[in-house]
Amino acid sequence: MSSPEAKLVCRNIWKLFGHRAAEKLSEMGGNPSLEDISAAELVSAVRNVDLTVNEGEIFVIMGLSGSGKSTLVRCLSRLVEPTAGEILFHGTNLLAATETEMIEIRRHKMGMVFQHFALLPHMTVLNNVAFPLEIQGIGRDEREHRARDMITLVGLAGREDSYPRELSGGQQQRVGIARSLAVEPELWFLDEPFSALDPLIRREMQDEFIRLQSVLKKTIVFITHDFDEAIRLADRIAIMKDGEIVQSGTPEDIVLNPATDYVEEFTRAVPRAKVVRVASVMKPASGGAPEKEVSDRSTVSDAAALFLDGAERLRVNSADGSLVGILHKSDVVDLMLRG
Amino acid sequence: MSELPDAKIPTQAQAVWRNGAFGLGLAIICFVLFSTYGKSLAPWAFSFPKTQTFPVARWISQFTKWLINDATFGLFTFTDLTRFIAAVIDLPYQIALSLFATGFMSGPGSSAVQLLPPISWIAVIAIVGLMGFYIGGRRLALVVASCFVFIAVFGQWTSAMVTLASILVAVPLGIAGGLFLGIGAYRWKWLERALLPLLDLMQTIPVFAYLVPILFLFGFGATAAVVATLIYAMPPMTRVTMLALQRVMPEVRDLGNMIGCTRRQMMWRVLLPSAKESLMVGVNQVIMLSLNMVIIASMIGAGGLGFDVLAALRRLDFGAGLEAGLAIVALAIALDRLSQAFAGSSAATGNRSSRGLIARHPYLAASFLVVIVSGFLGLAFPAVQSYPEMLQISTGTFWSQVVKWINVNFFDALEAFKNTLLLNILIPFKRLLLGLPWAGVVVFLAISGWLLRGPKLALLTGALSFLIAATGQWEKAMITVYLCGISVLFAALIGIPIAIMAAERDRLWGWVRLAIDTLQTLPSFVYLMPAVMLFRVGDFTAMIAVVAYSVAPAIRYTVLGIQGVDPRLVEAGRAMGCTNLQLLTRIKLKLALPEVLLGLNQTIMFALSMLVITALVGTRDLGQEVYIALTKADPGRGLVAGLAVAFIAIIADRLISAGAFRARARLGLQEGAQ
Ligand SMILES: Nc1ncnc2c1ncn2[C@@H]1O[C@H](COP(=O)(O)OP(=O)(O)O)[C@@H](O)[C@H]1O
Ligand SMILES: [Mg+2]
Repeated sequence: MSSPEAKLVCRNIWKLFGHRAAEKLSEMGGNPSLEDISAAELVSAVRNVDLTVNEGEIFVIMGLSGSGKSTLVRCLSRLVEPTAGEILFHGTNLLAATETEMIEIRRHKMGMVFQHFALLPHMTVLNNVAFPLEIQGIGRDEREHRARDMITLVGLAGREDSYPRELSGGQQQRVGIARSLAVEPELWFLDEPFSALDPLIRREMQDEFIRLQSVLKKTIVFITHDFDEAIRLADRIAIMKDGEIVQSGTPEDIVLNPATDYVEEFTRAVPRAKVVRVASVMKPASGGAPEKEVSDRSTVSDAAALFLDGAERLRVNSADGSLVGILHKSDVVDLMLRG
Repeated sequence: MSELPDAKIPTQAQAVWRNGAFGLGLAIICFVLFSTYGKSLAPWAFSFPKTQTFPVARWISQFTKWLINDATFGLFTFTDLTRFIAAVIDLPYQIALSLFATGFMSGPGSSAVQLLPPISWIAVIAIVGLMGFYIGGRRLALVVASCFVFIAVFGQWTSAMVTLASILVAVPLGIAGGLFLGIGAYRWKWLERALLPLLDLMQTIPVFAYLVPILFLFGFGATAAVVATLIYAMPPMTRVTMLALQRVMPEVRDLGNMIGCTRRQMMWRVLLPSAKESLMVGVNQVIMLSLNMVIIASMIGAGGLGFDVLAALRRLDFGAGLEAGLAIVALAIALDRLSQAFAGSSAATGNRSSRGLIARHPYLAASFLVVIVSGFLGLAFPAVQSYPEMLQISTGTFWSQVVKWINVNFFDALEAFKNTLLLNILIPFKRLLLGLPWAGVVVFLAISGWLLRGPKLALLTGALSFLIAATGQWEKAMITVYLCGISVLFAALIGIPIAIMAAERDRLWGWVRLAIDTLQTLPSFVYLMPAVMLFRVGDFTAMIAVVAYSVAPAIRYTVLGIQGVDPRLVEAGRAMGCTNLQLLTRIKLKLALPEVLLGLNQTIMFALSMLVITALVGTRDLGQEVYIALTKADPGRGLVAGLAVAFIAIIADRLISAGAFRARARLGLQEGAQ
């Protein structure tokens, strides 16, 4: 596999809240324990985080409430100033950017969706979506044209003149999504975008999000406290606990090889077949390959449906259509029975 | 208590509370012993040595003189500054006054000729009606227009328009000033730190106290009245702005940063619009407080309705005063409804489509049309220009007759009622307070502060009460405390039972709330008049007026407290088999205690502000000091007495707040750290 281009790289990000946090952090030798931090009367939010987000991937940060996810994602756009560390965006250090450079970067390269939507109550849907463009000083006709496109993209055409209070929660978040996309950002941050929604709506919005991403191919940092949501959407997941990343990897990696007991707790209830890819279960191709085919990127549970007509073996293709292996029904059944 | 769900947390707080109560008891015993037997031991502790008092009043008077005569900022003098402020206020005021009341005049003094008449009464009513219709529909239009018709029919039109003119100047200035101070405090921490204690002080210092310095700086007249109104109405707007900006959801602020707002865009495009709803509360406050000031401001030169009320009060002409007072209420209702409806309407937000000028502003166009047409018609038919005198109604004589009738028929009963209360409660209580040693009270207040909160509060309460004594105002202050205390007691005795009855009966509460809302829009002077009519001047009359004015917060907070009790706890109590009475006393009132204490606090604040006004009916307290200073134009004396009232208010406020905080901690109701 060719190594994909890294869009955003963070090294040793720290965020401690409190008086003189940066000085205290360096006095404590740059890598203090939780006890050291509370002894110094600081509140720890993010500790020593390293992460890399690749071009075009959905990078999910998952952790329980208070684990520091929101603070971390705000450090990435410097809405919160990190106490220490390095953030490289396209190879340039964001922490060295001036206030005006930062405003430019945020205006044109970043977009963010908020848990509680953060819509402006005094503006219509159209004006809310056009607002980031208005702030940039783009003329009325152009910004409204672009805003209408975005509103159509998220399926809200016809509601342009409604006010946020007249919309349901799901619709409000669609407005939030449209607004964050209006500036055509390179980096798209979503901070628990679906957590404030009812479970059914949440599911629907996840599908919508997958559809949008298949069209847009953005580089995404997605925050959630819901492990199921994480494995459903993620290309890669980082799991946070007490401000640290305890494990990161593909959903499959994490479910199959949880690094700690803490991670294992989350993975226990997840059916293996929903995360394990065909490529991990297939056998090398030997002899004649069967007619019916499946992609090596599919999950085992998706592939399972193809055995329903009595087939015993499936031909496994890679993305370019070449034969890479054979999937046996018995292996699939085995995996599904193990849970 | 221990059966209730979250009873485990407060055990430690409970122990502290018990120690505190014990300490307080001990302090009270020492205090009583000293008060009874200490007089011969330490006479200085009973009346502050005359030779030692600080002549603060004289210093302030001298300082004011210096400000006016000599103070300079280099480029301009202090007098230039006040002249500048006066000019900024005077110009719009003259325009508004000409527009609504006097018409545009040319030529000097009494020989002036009217170039243009003021806007006709019909046009004014049509305009407010249209505004009501635009903002809130037919109902609002009807309410607002009727208020103004009422004013016309009762012959208060010209006075009301003079008052309206000064309100129309004071309100926008007050809003703008409060908004900018609030924004400044939000942006610069040092400004916030400087403003907060000042705002606290402004809220407790009686208006009278700064009337005198204003009179000194701006002279007698409408300008001085507007300045006083501004000083009175601006602090709440400032505070509301600060709070509203702080309460904007952090996510909204993040949004502003994320889309790359500059500082100015952040404030004007994101934060202020998001905070609009809370800001409108401040706007409403400014309007209501400005109307509240109408009568007081007439003491330093505002004409209009306030002057009419004051003049009637001085003549003891109940009927005339009542009609002018009701006209103020009508004005208050109209402006209050308009501003509240505006806050909730999309008229304040909507900017949907745009066409031609007239099509875009049909209401504005219609208003202009009415003004011009009625102006021309008015030249031919005077009845269009000003409401015909023939059609005016006056109920003045009727009300005077009613009062006379009551006095003739019930004089003995009223007198007996008054004397019983005076002899058995008021006078003994007054004697008791006046007999207390000031030094003992100071120490006692300091100890209470210490026990309730800590050394800082002890220092505050001790120092403030000492200052009252040291400026030679102890006796007057004690009379204030006595009148205030007795009024608050009665307000609580009347208010709390009403609140307990109303809290769980929705319909009754609806009526009670309507009553207390109305009571609170009445200008405080209106309370004085019936009291004076029935009981003539004196302490008792003052007390009646103060009780009537301050009973509203006692009811409101108690009801809120009882309604706010966690229904699960009430259910738990019922499941344990509590009787209704037990439920009330053991659970509801106990848990509502912090709220009730806050209500008590508000009641005291209301009582103190009313008490100063009752100086008009001949009390002998600090309010009288302020009033005398006003008539003698003695800024030092007025300010010192005013500050003494403020100190009493602050001491009561801090001690009760500390008590409420403790009560809350003891009940485990304290919200967790943010
Ligand atoms: N402005 C702040 N000041 C002090 N502590 C903060 C602040 N913001 C967040 N924290 C603390 O940092 C920790 C992580 O918070 P957050 O990033 O909001 O977590 P999450 O989004 O995962 O729920 C929490 O313990 C929180 O109390
Ligand atoms: Mg969060």
